[in-house]
Amino acid sequence: MSVGSATEANGSLQRAGQEPGSSWGTAPPPLGGRAYFTCFSGIVWREVLRYLHQRERFLSALVRPLVWLFIFAAGFRQTLGVSIIPPYQTYVLYEVFITPGLIGMIQLFNAMQSSLSMVYDRETGAMRTLLVSPFPRSFLLLSKLVGGVAVSLLQVYAFLLVAYFWEIEPPLYGYLTVLPALILSGLMLGSMALFMSSVIRQLENFAGVMNFVIFPMFFASSALYPLWRVKESSVLLYQICQFNPFTHAVELVRFALYGQVDWTSLAVVVAFTTVFLGGAIYAYNPSKGLIARRGGPGGS
Amino acid sequence: MNMVSEPNVEAEAAPALVVNNVSHRFGETLALDDVSLQVPRGAFVVLLGLNGAGKSTLFALITRLYDNVTGEIRILGHDVRRRASAALQRLGVVFQGRTLDLDLSLKQNLLYHCSLHGIRGREARARTKQALEFVGLADRANEKVRNLSGGQARRVEIARSLLHRPTLLLLDEPTVGLDIDSRESVLEIVRSLVAAEGLGVLWATHLFDEVQPTDHLVILHKGRILFTGAVPEFLDKTGTKTVSDAFRAITGTTDMEFAA
Repeated sequence: MSVGSATEANGSLQRAGQEPGSSWGTAPPPLGGRAYFTCFSGIVWREVLRYLHQRERFLSALVRPLVWLFIFAAGFRQTLGVSIIPPYQTYVLYEVFITPGLIGMIQLFNAMQSSLSMVYDRETGAMRTLLVSPFPRSFLLLSKLVGGVAVSLLQVYAFLLVAYFWEIEPPLYGYLTVLPALILSGLMLGSMALFMSSVIRQLENFAGVMNFVIFPMFFASSALYPLWRVKESSVLLYQICQFNPFTHAVELVRFALYGQVDWTSLAVVVAFTTVFLGGAIYAYNPSKGLIARRGGPGGS
Repeated sequence: MNMVSEPNVEAEAAPALVVNNVSHRFGETLALDDVSLQVPRGAFVVLLGLNGAGKSTLFALITRLYDNVTGEIRILGHDVRRRASAALQRLGVVFQGRTLDLDLSLKQNLLYHCSLHGIRGREARARTKQALEFVGLADRANEKVRNLSGGQARRVEIARSLLHRPTLLLLDEPTVGLDIDSRESVLEIVRSLVAAEGLGVLWATHLFDEVQPTDHLVILHKGRILFTGAVPEFLDKTGTKTVSDAFRAITGTTDMEFAA
């Protein structure tokens, strides 16, 4: 670009100041409610757009649970009988039983991936562009979190659509009643991942995350087998499963899919969300947070 | 956006940026030691220092990634700690790393930034268009950032930093990795803004040839400010003819350190 064109083009920037108050050098307006909404929807929209542009991520998010459903569940069908337990009113196929678990898996993976992208963002500076926005930092982090949940909802409903043709047929109203449960479980897993992204630096390595976070959480839960079965083989494992927040996310979704509320799980999920979110906001606080103490994203 | 037209209440005298007696420590390391500097409006201030001099820490504090514990930082009179929102509304930043979403278009990237400042709708689209015209990339608005060269991406980042019409613009090593032509065009764009819009610019670099005789200079070395003032003054003080010689003289650095 030539020197001349820069100076010439500069005129158009000045002309941009034709609206009152929007010209250069005047004080920017205070940030009102509509401005907050603009910021919030902008952040959520970016998360969704980014997701839709990454086809591999879209596919892998769909293929992963489907592999479990088509292959793993089919293989286990004969091995593992599931008795009648709430919310199911009849004997159900193993596929039907693990569907809420696979939904949880989708949300867990999505949360971890967005938390990883945040570690990556921290290095490239995209996180810093977010954090220099004039809105309160807790509001920015919450918006980012909701953006991740929105992405996970897309993934879950795409999965449920395919699963429908594999005879996973919850009642039609279940698709609606599961929505608030999905939002809650998404928030819990997302805030957990957000917190982890600010505390644990070794998250860069996805294999590490798989081994130390995703697998233990997924297997030590009610995602793949009913807890009474676990209890039969190991009381200790049963207790671990019960303390695992992921179990409660899965149970919340399982009941909601049939229009019911599992109050214990609801309480546990809400409590964990509050704790994780509080931790994440603390960790990103510019004066108290862990970032300040160890020298900032990406280190000093 | 229909903004209420209000008189410019900000004190005309307030400089774009004031940093007063700021020190910062990471554990044992003193990254910044009693740093003070000013960026007047309409001034191009070059923050010159080698890698590791503390430039990035200073930027992290000004952008409030974390808070300064000692001293004060004011953007147009607004304390960055106490009135963070007002201060950040007046601040534009071009970070050292690449911060655009590669898979989104130029336009989408800029609109996202508008929303981060609460600017929406027609106003956001108009500003995006003008900003892209300004850096000469309006015809590529719908292309993915991935298709741009390094220099072009840099220009988009400058366009982005201007969308909310800041009074202070920070640039952290903005020309690193660019070829000569791109470097010149980026410098030219920013300098023209200083002249036309009265922007205060703090330009951090370790490249001496980016300094012009009319610029203000701030020399940061090992966390301490060794000199602030005009370029001729700097040369007089050190009795040298070029900025790089003067820098060597005042810091006592050897050529080995430069090579590093």
